[in-house]
This record gives sequence, C-alpha cells and structure tokens, in this order.
Amino acid sequence: MTDVDGMPRAGDGSPVMIEHDGEHRTPVALPVARFDDPHLEPAARHPRRAELIVAFFLLVGIAGVAAFGGAYVENASTQALAVTFGVGLFGLGFGLTAWGKYLMPRGPFEEARHELRTSDSERQAMAAALVERTGVVVKRRKFLGGLLGAGFGIFGVVAAFPLLRSLGPLPGKLLFVTDWRKGSLLVDSGGRPVHKDDLQPGGIMTVFPNGFQNTDNGQAVDQTVLIRLQASGNIVTMPGRESWGPDGFVAYSKMCTHLGCPVGLYERLLEMLVCPCHQSMFKVRDGAVPTFGPAPRPLPQLPLTIDPDGYLRAQAGYDQPVGPGFWERNTSLKNGTPA
Amino acid sequence: MNNLVKPRTAREARAARGPYGRIQQVVDEIDDRLGIAKGGRVLLGKIFPDHWSFMLGEIALYSFIILVATGVFLTLYFVPSQATVVYHGVYKPLDGVRMSEAYASSIDLSFAVRAGLLMRQMHHWAADIFVGAIVVHMARIFFTGAFRKPRELNWTIGVMLLILAIFNGFLGYSLPDDLISGTGIRIAYSILLSIPFVGSYLAVWLFGGNFPGHIIIERFYILHVLILPLIIGALIGAHLTLLVRQKHTQFPGKGRTEHNVVGSPLYPTFMAKTTGFLLMVSGVVGLLGGLAQINPIWQFGPYQADKISYAVQPDMYMGWLDGALRIMPSWEWAGWGHTVPWEVFLPAVIFPGLIFNLCLVWPAFERLFTRDNKFHQLLDRPRDRPKRTAAGAAMLGLIFMIFAASSTDVLANFFHLSLNAVLWFFRIAVVVVPIIVGWVAWRICLEMQGGGAAIGRRKRAMVISRTAEGEYVGVTAEPRPGDEHEELEPVPVPERIEVERPERVGATGERVGAAAVGAAAVGAEGGDGGGVRRVPR
Ligand code: HEM
Ligand code: FES
Repeated sequence: MTDVDGMPRAGDGSPVMIEHDGEHRTPVALPVARFDDPHLEPAARHPRRAELIVAFFLLVGIAGVAAFGGAYVENASTQALAVTFGVGLFGLGFGLTAWGKYLMPRGPFEEARHELRTSDSERQAMAAALVERTGVVVKRRKFLGGLLGAGFGIFGVVAAFPLLRSLGPLPGKLLFVTDWRKGSLLVDSGGRPVHKDDLQPGGIMTVFPNGFQNTDNGQAVDQTVLIRLQASGNIVTMPGRESWGPDGFVAYSKMCTHLGCPVGLYERLLEMLVCPCHQSMFKVRDGAVPTFGPAPRPLPQLPLTIDPDGYLRAQAGYDQPVGPGFWERNTSLKNGTPA
Repeated sequence: MNNLVKPRTAREARAARGPYGRIQQVVDEIDDRLGIAKGGRVLLGKIFPDHWSFMLGEIALYSFIILVATGVFLTLYFVPSQATVVYHGVYKPLDGVRMSEAYASSIDLSFAVRAGLLMRQMHHWAADIFVGAIVVHMARIFFTGAFRKPRELNWTIGVMLLILAIFNGFLGYSLPDDLISGTGIRIAYSILLSIPFVGSYLAVWLFGGNFPGHIIIERFYILHVLILPLIIGALIGAHLTLLVRQKHTQFPGKGRTEHNVVGSPLYPTFMAKTTGFLLMVSGVVGLLGGLAQINPIWQFGPYQADKISYAVQPDMYMGWLDGALRIMPSWEWAGWGHTVPWEVFLPAVIFPGLIFNLCLVWPAFERLFTRDNKFHQLLDRPRDRPKRTAAGAAMLGLIFMIFAASSTDVLANFFHLSLNAVLWFFRIAVVVVPIIVGWVAWRICLEMQGGGAAIGRRKRAMVISRTAEGEYVGVTAEPRPGDEHEELEPVPVPERIEVERPERVGATGERVGAAAVGAAAVGAEGGDGGGVRRVPR
C-alpha cells in the first residue's frame, strides 16, 4: 500500500496500465492458476456429502434465528430465547465454517515473507533528520525550548491539581472518625434504642449510634456488633478496660481490620467473631484479638455503659480508627491501644 | 474504467465495464479516490495458518465483540446511581425493600426487560470467556515462542489487554450494587488504602470521600462502558495491525520456511471459517447466557455496608487475588506513627504487579540467557525448549494453586478438614506445586524429544508384532484412509483462475464442484453437469 509501484501517471491523475497482455488488466506477473490445479479442489474427499452437511446446518441456523424472532415477539422464557438464539447462530456458524473448511480450495497456499526493515540509507536518513534538524533548528534556540518546556511542565503540575483534587476531599481526619461520641445511644438498624433486656446472654446484634442515618457514611464506619456474654458483672477484655463491658455486654467495631468486610458471623460456643471474607477469627472475651486468618489487629472495642433507664450508651467514641490499616494510622500493633 | 465515450446500448455498457462487470466499476471508483486496489488485493490474499491453536485469539476477539454488543443493550436500561429507592417492581420477593437505583434497575433489567436476563447473563459469560481466552491464547504464544523477535511489542500489548480485561471485568461486576459486588468494592477500597504514603489519598479521591460515598457506581460506570472499552478496542486494533504488518508465525512443516507463510487466504477461505466461528462463539455464549445461571443478583439482595453473605466468592478472574489475600500471614507493620498493612499490600498490590511485570519482561529476560537476537517466524515445539516450557508450566501451577486457595473455606467444609490445615496446605503448595509441575514438564519435554516424530505430518500408526522367536518388532502401518490425502506443496495464492474446459466433465460431480468454488471469483458458472462455460474475456 505504501510503496511506489512505479506506474507512471497521466496528466489528469488517472492511472495508466503499462503492463498488460492484450485485454487483461492484470499485470502478467501475478500467479495464475489453472482450473484443474489440485490446490483448488475442495478439501473434503466427498464434497457432495460435505455440501449436504453444510446445507443441513445452514437450514438449522435459519430455523433457529427465525424461531428466535418468534420467541422474542411472544416474550418467551429466557431459556427459549437462549435455545433459539444459540442454536440459530451456532447452526449458521457451523455451516459457514464447514463450507470454508471442506468446500473451499484445499491449498495450501503460501505468501512470501519479506524483511520489514528498510535500506541502510533510509535508516540513516531518518536518524539524520532527527539529529541534524534538532542540531540546526532547535539547539540554537535552547532558551526558547527551555521556556516551552517550563510552560508545559507548569501546566502539567497545575492541571493535576484540579484533576485530582476535585475528585474528592483530602483524607484529613476522615479515616479516623466515626459518629460514636460520649453518651451516644445504641440503636438498631431501624433506629430503635437498645435496652439491656433486648439481648439475652449469648445474643448478638448490630448497632449504630443514634442519628447515624443522617450522616454520610454512617452505616459503613459506625457499624458495631453488640454481644451479650454469659457472665455476671463486668467483662474485662483487657487491662485498662475494666468498666467497658457492663453486665456481660461488649461491643466491637464490625469492620474487619483486614479489608473492612462486616464481621458478620458469630460462633456462640467458641465466643468467636468470624469474618466471612477471609475467615479471620476474633476472640470476643479477650478484646477481639485475631486468633486465625489474615486480620492483623483486634477489632476496636466500644466502651459501654448502661444508663439509669436500662438503655445502652457509649462511654466514649472509639479510641482508634476502625477498619483496615493505612499509612497515616498511628497506633501500636500489639494491643490496639493508641501509641 | 476511464471511458470517456458514453455507452449507448446495454451491450456497449457491458463491454465498457470489461470482463468483471459491476464489481470492476466499484473497484475503479474506490481506487480512483483511495488508490487501494493493490493493497486490498494483497490483503485479500493474506495467509492464515491452519493450525487450531491460532483460533484462541479469535475467541478472545469475538467475546469482546459480544461484550460490546450486549453491553450496549445493558446501557439502555441500567441506571448508574446510588440514590436510594424503595422497590415496587415486578420481582415480588424484593417488594418494599430499600435499595440503590443501580440495583433496582439491574433487577428490572433481569425480569421486566424483554431478553434482558439473557443479555445480562450473556454479558457476564462473555466476560469470563474473554479473560479465559486471553490467558489460554497467551499460553500458546508463550509455549511456542511466538513472542520472540520481531513480535515483542505485540506480546506487550497482549499483557496490557489481559490487565485491562481483568480490570474492566471487576468494574462491570461492581455495577449492579448487589451484596456481593458491594463487598468487592469495599475490598478494593481497602486495597487502595493499603498503599504506603498515598493510599488514603487514592482511595478517598476515587470514591469522593470515605467508603462507600455516593458516586462510586457512576465513576465505575463511565470507566466500564466508555474509557476502558475504548482503550481495549484501540489496543486490539494495534494488536491486529501489527499482526498484518508482521504476518503470522507458523509451525514448521512441509514447505514452511522462515521466508513464507503457509495456510488459507483471507478471502474467501479464512473469512468463511472465521465468520462462522464468530457465529458459533455467539451461539455458545447465547446458550450459556440463557441456560446456565450466572450472578443471580436478586438472590444476594441489595448492598448494605453492614450486611454480608456467607461464602463470598469473587468472579473467576479476581479469584487468584482473593486466594493470595487469604493465605498471606497477618504481617502488619506499625511504628514511628505509621502503619504499613503488608498483609494486604503484598498479596493484593505487589504480588499481581510482580506477576504482570514478569510477563511483560519475559521476552527480554529470555534473550538475556539465549543471547538470541535473530528473527523467528517458525514456532518452537514446546518440547524443544524444555526450560521455557518448565517455567511456563510452573507459572500456571502457581496461579492455579493461588486461585484454588480462594476457596479455603469451601474445601475445608467439603473435606471436613480444619481451616487451619487447609490454609497451611495452600501456603506450602503454592511453593511446592510450581516446582513439581515445572520439573515434571521439563522431564516430559526431554522424554518427548527422543520420539522424533515428523513435524507437521500426520502420525502413522505403529504395528507391533511378535516374531516366532518371541522378539517384538514395530513396523509403520499401511497408510490409513485419512493419510492418503497427502498435503500438497504450497503454491502462491492464484490472483486469477484460468477456467478451461476440462477434458472430461460431469461424470464425477466433484470436479465441477471444485470449479464452482475456485472460479466463483471470476463469475464462471458450473455444476449442472453439462460443462463449464468459458469465462468471457
Ligand atoms: C471490555 C470488556 C468488558 C467486560 C470484561 C465486561 C464485564 C462485565 C461484567 C462481569 C458485568 C456484570 C454483569 C452482571 O450483572 O452479572 C458487567 C456489567 C455491565 N456492563 Fe460490561 N463488560 C465489558 C464491556 C462493556 C461495554 C463495552 C459496555 C457498554 C458499552 C458494558 C456495559 C455494561 C453495563 C451497563 C453493565 C451493568 C448491567 C447490570 O449488571 O445490570 N460493558 N460488565
Ligand atoms: S476482610 Fe475480614 S478477613 Fe479479610
């Protein structure tokens, strides 16, 4: 397509044939096959049989696509649509492929493969164009080139700001906070406050801070599991958390510290919370330390208290970011308490 | 034809058009303007090797076409919005449930739109087939050494296509906003978070805030239906352009050299076969799409950040990343006021990055050892390159084991083993299995090299008989019926076909059939058994 074929052009731009034999327009150099060249025979040994097979599949295909039209008009079931569509297209396709494979010239044919490379002088001319023009035209104006470069560079940096920055807010404290505050009332997903009699020992439920529905991502970051263990009096999961588990109630962030899946399974007999995503297990009585799986840290614990009316409240918010780890997270690894 | 004199009669007009009639006129008109008659003729004669393994790339190409076709259908009904609605549609079990518009529209797409479920499931099946076909196609390129000079660039493009296909599959899978896809998005957010220094910025900017935010479905949508398909389409175009420019590789065999390509011409043979194949792939995807349920989102329910279903399993092409996340020990690092979640960053960012980079650099890596800077148009048989074959087999073994590790919980349940045992099995297996697989592949290669079967020739049966003395002798069997159709020496594609009156016509029928096929291009008629007309010149 690209090379010059050496044909002279008439003044009006229309091509003139120079290489033709008599009335033929085709240059004589092109290969011509004789009618009885064995390469032109069909590949099948029994072409008539192959022809019948091809015709059969094309007929199946026609029937199929026609039936598909009918099924669509009749608003038939998905299965009926699939069978008519699938059989129709497959029939047509199989017929056409078999036609090509068995009834078209058996060949084999070949095509010469030429080196793609151009001549040495062409290559040198290309390199020269780059080097010499740069030397003569651009290098002498180094100063201007520098200015242009600076312009593009500055524009690149400046453009990156609106492009990236407008995508969202700066992370800031976003990943550190939840809606849990000192005194937050625990409510269920319907917003109903949780009373201490709502949960029997051994029971578990998902709770949120009152008013979570009105916040942006409340459901994700505030989700907390409330578990009532078989116990009398306070549950002390770790030193320093003496008052956090009144009356057998403990609460942990429901966001897995591995990748943030909701830790949605509870093995009552083992008192283990299990994350269904990668099977991390957290020991509820011991401050939800991970005992198995890829989760690296205990689930943060929410300090609870029971108000005079018997409703559960948070003593304070979480003392650390909830969920998976990130670079700015600033807590020590082992016990999950702030460094 | 540049005829200045206006023809006055039909006969004159016909004569003016020349022996090839109206087709000639069309060719002339186009060639006047674009000058492509010669290039077009060469293109029609482009040779496609007849080996079956060249079909794998076609499967990938055709599933992409199916993805675009079904995907456009889906865009007509899908609503990419996280706004909450209360569902009152045709699917009664979800009546009155609060959900995002995206989920509601996907449910209606499945139940209220005519052929909607078929299209959704076809789209999903085609996505799985797309990625699978790319991987198998890539394996064929790898094991036969087709990536060697001059085709390194096309290998690179291929690896990028694989990466983009996986990405786009993940994005599409996330769109319906069902419980499982929402969990997948949550995991993606956490993986972004795990990147040191910039993770929280990347995550918060992509999601426009903390997870889940209000905008992620919209952003995924535009990436999924426009930006990535455009890039993928452009790369496929570049892939095929390079293929035409550099021509196909071929296996060694009769008449096949470094300086030719042997097979069938684009027109008509390959065109017929490949168009038929496109239809066949579409038919199979259609059958799967209607008969084999995939991603039944109505069973999972809408996404809610605090809900999760048991046995969360991502789509096939994400499974290997999930497996890597599962078997990784919980090595978080914290200190100096910072945290690096290696337990996420290593398996979900570094590991796939390493795998894909290894793929990208393999051609250069291999050349480092072979010091082979020659052009290669003839393919290797895998057995003749035992080390490469072993390396490829080991890699496939690794990916397979990692992939299998994404179902630790299912396997533990099924075999009544402790989760811990299964976990440790996989931690050891991902190291040991690739080594064993590689070693076995290497041994098999060496064994097979001894066989010395003729390349590109149909195998003959061996007849082993026992002599009276009890000695066994093997003799090559007589040619079977299939063998006698010996392959001919390759000849150039005939640009023109001389149609002569054969000496004896009609008796066999076969001859005539052949003439009809071969001569179709020049408008000859044949096949009534009464003889073949000479083509008017
Ligand atoms: C490049 C390859 C592509 C891949 C691998 C891919 C993959 C997927 C997958 C796995 C899904 C989930 C389907 C489900 O609900 O089960 C999906 C959904 C979707 N895709 Fe694609 N897709 C591709 C290209 C396209 C294109 C080109 C379009 C449109 C122009 C498109 C439009 C859509 C739409 C609208 C949905 C959401 C429909 C719904 O789930 O209700 N996709 N895609
Ligand atoms: S997200 Fe919980 S174990 Fe991975």
